[in-house]
Amino acid sequence: MLKIKNLHVSIEGKEILRGLNLVINAGEVHAIMGPNGTGKSTLASVITGKEGYEVTDGEVIYMGHDLLALSTEERALQGIFLGFQYPVEIPGVSMINFLRTAINEHRKYKGLDPIAAGEFLAKMEEKRKLLEIQDKLTTRSVNEGFSGGEKKRNEIFQMAMLEPKLAILDETDSGLDIDALKVVAKGVNSLKTKDNATLVITHYQRLLDYIVPDFVHVLSNGKIIKSGGKELAFELEEKGYEWLREV
Amino acid sequence: METVLKEKISELFIKNKFRIFNNDPAEIKAIREKAFADFLHLDFPTVKWEAWKNTDLKKVLDRDYNFYFEPVKEQIDIEKVFQCEVPDFDTHIISLYNGWYVYRDKPLTKLPDGTILGSFAKAMEEYPEIILKHYNQYAKENKNGLNSLNTAYAQDGIFIYVPDGAEAYKTIQMVNILNKEDNLFVQNRNLVIVGKNSKLTLVHCDDSHNHKSSFTNTVTEVFMDEGAKVDHYKLQNLNNITSLINSTFFYQSANTNLTSFAISLNGGLIRNDIRITLNGEGSNADINGLYLVDKEQHVDNHVFVDHAKPGCTSNELFKGILDDQSTAVFNGHILVRKDAQKTNAYQKNRNVLLSDKATVNAKPFLEIYADDVKCSHGATVGQLDDEAMFYIKSRGISEYNAKLLLMYAFAAEVINKITIVPLKERIDDLVKKRLRGELAICDQCVLHCRNQEKIYDFNIDMSKI
Repeated sequence: MLKIKNLHVSIEGKEILRGLNLVINAGEVHAIMGPNGTGKSTLASVITGKEGYEVTDGEVIYMGHDLLALSTEERALQGIFLGFQYPVEIPGVSMINFLRTAINEHRKYKGLDPIAAGEFLAKMEEKRKLLEIQDKLTTRSVNEGFSGGEKKRNEIFQMAMLEPKLAILDETDSGLDIDALKVVAKGVNSLKTKDNATLVITHYQRLLDYIVPDFVHVLSNGKIIKSGGKELAFELEEKGYEWLREV
Repeated sequence: METVLKEKISELFIKNKFRIFNNDPAEIKAIREKAFADFLHLDFPTVKWEAWKNTDLKKVLDRDYNFYFEPVKEQIDIEKVFQCEVPDFDTHIISLYNGWYVYRDKPLTKLPDGTILGSFAKAMEEYPEIILKHYNQYAKENKNGLNSLNTAYAQDGIFIYVPDGAEAYKTIQMVNILNKEDNLFVQNRNLVIVGKNSKLTLVHCDDSHNHKSSFTNTVTEVFMDEGAKVDHYKLQNLNNITSLINSTFFYQSANTNLTSFAISLNGGLIRNDIRITLNGEGSNADINGLYLVDKEQHVDNHVFVDHAKPGCTSNELFKGILDDQSTAVFNGHILVRKDAQKTNAYQKNRNVLLSDKATVNAKPFLEIYADDVKCSHGATVGQLDDEAMFYIKSRGISEYNAKLLLMYAFAAEVINKITIVPLKERIDDLVKKRLRGELAICDQCVLHCRNQEKIYDFNIDMSKI
């Protein structure tokens, strides 16, 4: 589904990713771990097409096409979703209108008619309950005045509504208490199919107790320095990242 | 040159005085003569004046305009233009066509509750005692050549008199339509008197249906007696070569409540001069504005709030979206006089520039002589939020629709303050059309008309479900 080869990325001339390689297949859950400032969020930004990131070398192939040639919205329409580390507040744009607009853009891309109001409401109701999101939040402006936990649950709620092929969850666990973490994990797990894939970016092993990865990668200094199964996460938790740096 | 226009105006005035003054009581004639002398002395405002520094009239005053001293007999299908069936919103429509009251055969209407509305010229004949009491009492404070010229020249306009204690009153829509194959210089004079504890909702529309360059210089005086409540909505949709100077004077007695909106959808040059005198304790003025400009358009909102008495509140919110080379001005002057203790006065002006060639001049000005007051002001100029744009696009929403969502969200803060639901929906439609670049100059503000196109369906669904 996603093949990243020798990816080099700079921000304002400073190299952040230095030859990153990663292959994600349909049906897999990958976790990228690593200390702060190693390029984890940069990777998420480059995959989703945020401005200000210069790819100096390498390639990103998604579903057989050059992903880097597409705009942010085209990537989203082709099934890429980012759960933001810091979800943005958008005063004046209601969650309902935002989601309905997004869903209709996806449907238009697939050549479908806009979603019927009843169908939309039923879907929203179902996913809202899954993520235990209060009814009133859906009528409020996007993320405006949401608590930290509500914002993170709202990201997964949007993911549930848009049903992406490749979901990237950037530090979705940060700022969540254990109950909220379980809700978020339950949401992510319930969306898992053999046709989609998830890339979880996290600092701590804690989230991986609930979203169990097939592969764990350690990112350090802009490169993946070690990959393994889910047991690698436990090892990291026990020994810390310094253990790998010494290797 | 402007001087050419001034000379033309002088000559025409002398030649047509007998027609202009036709129905006037002697006192009004004297006021007009004095106003004309003032105009000759004050002249048109220029950029040398602080209050006109950023609105240059020179270019539009250089054009040649025609003046009409009596209504031109035209074949107009007024029924087609104005006939409306309003299923959920009961309004009374009165109209000016090219500056003249439309219903010449029925110039004044008296409603069952005693309200009188109709032609200003006719009211001058029929109700001179009411006119004399209020005419030019509030506008004269503003020393400005254009106001003087209006006082001297204006022959017709709208007259509304709401007696004391008239409640649950129909909304009145005054629609000024320009539609002549001619460059018109139009001067209307409106007088609105709202009695003790009465309520009035007034929608004031300026529309042009032609593609000619016109210059409209309107003065509206609104007197609010004790306990009166007025909701005033100005909607402006003019072609790109038409100029509109709209001066509105609100005089508020004690315990009055004013809500005012100035919504500028389109127009070549628009200047809204809004002057509010809070001249009685316990009064409140809510003053809002929204301007959407592009191309070479220019909108200037000049708000002066005079807190003359204690215990009053004023609250200003003006927002603008500017594209291309358009320009906008916001000038908000709050005066709190020495005796006006316990004043609350707030002012906010926010602008979004979509192009680096657009400019906005915002000038808040607080002049406070009392010591027990709460005042605040703020002006911001920015672009659409990049982070929000990326967030929206990351959900698959196109750049175009993402911009629309953010622009609409920005404008909605003003629209959401409109409390009459059908009016809010109509204005909402017009704003969405404007943001999509699909507003036509024939889109009137007339509400929910039978013969109008169906209510606009917004592509990115904004409906409340």
